[in-house]
Amino acid sequence: MKFIKFLLVGLVFGIVLTKSEAVSWYRIYEMFHFQSFHMFGIIMTAVVVGVVGVQLMKRGKVKDITGKTITIADKEKGFTNYIVGGILFGLGWGLVGTCPGPMYILVGAGFWGIGVVLLGALVGTYLYGVSKDKLPH
Amino acid sequence: MYSFYGTWPWYISGLLIGGIMLLLIYFGKSFGMSSNLRTVCSAFGAGKNVKFFQFDWKSQRWNLVVVLGAMLGGYIATHYLSDGSGVNLNPQTVIELQELNIEPPEGKLLPDAIVGEDALKSPKILAILLFGGLLVGFGTRYGGGCTSGHAISGLSNLQLPSLIAVIGFFIGGLIMSWLLLPLFFN
Repeated sequence: MKFIKFLLVGLVFGIVLTKSEAVSWYRIYEMFHFQSFHMFGIIMTAVVVGVVGVQLMKRGKVKDITGKTITIADKEKGFTNYIVGGILFGLGWGLVGTCPGPMYILVGAGFWGIGVVLLGALVGTYLYGVSKDKLPH
Repeated sequence: MYSFYGTWPWYISGLLIGGIMLLLIYFGKSFGMSSNLRTVCSAFGAGKNVKFFQFDWKSQRWNLVVVLGAMLGGYIATHYLSDGSGVNLNPQTVIELQELNIEPPEGKLLPDAIVGEDALKSPKILAILLFGGLLVGFGTRYGGGCTSGHAISGLSNLQLPSLIAVIGFFIGGLIMSWLLLPLFFN
């Protein structure tokens, strides 16, 4: 039963990303060519809502579901891994038009070709795990 | 102008995505989709040989449930909540895509040129899909997150590393979309 709320959150997430076409290869191409405000609007609105909400939570005005004060861990400091990893992900995003969330959503929607992308992503994740200690971070 | 069965406006989508992130924090979790790839690798036993996958993946089951929900959401949205009027692109985009032999959407989310029945018989297209996925999987773990973990969660928490990663996303995406994509699809 405790998983029901996560299933519902995922369900809404899948519907929202599909209906606003953030899962669409076309929309990602359009975004990277600055030919529509649509995707930028989605990301910016989400971040504005997020910044306001996170600030309220951090100031202790909102407790989590168990009544505890909310703390959000900072990301580890660094540069190389963030920029290089980010660029590699961006290259993939620009090519197949799917970040990880939309991959699952599109497979669920029945786009079997995206299953190949998902398989590639699992292999890529595995290769990172194998080579992690040899990479600059 | 907007209809429930057509394209949802960006401000509704952004509002709901921001809300989903906050809701997951409220549930004592965090919003991040690419970490599920690591969890799945671990669940398949990758931890036997590789230290990176030796962690308590069962503690991440809640996130796999989010993924399951997202897959259901994708099914429901495409099968029951769409009237085929979506994906109205900038006309300039349509012209550019035709030069790459990619057909206009006409309501489809993805081009047949990439995921259509015929495309999936082409070794070249299959290699592109696999390679693109590989970059996404490797890049997100190396960079520590994707659009949800860095662009939404990280920026919302004013994290400099996330800003660096998002700048990376756009450097990579622009290079691919402007310079390399024409080489892949010509």
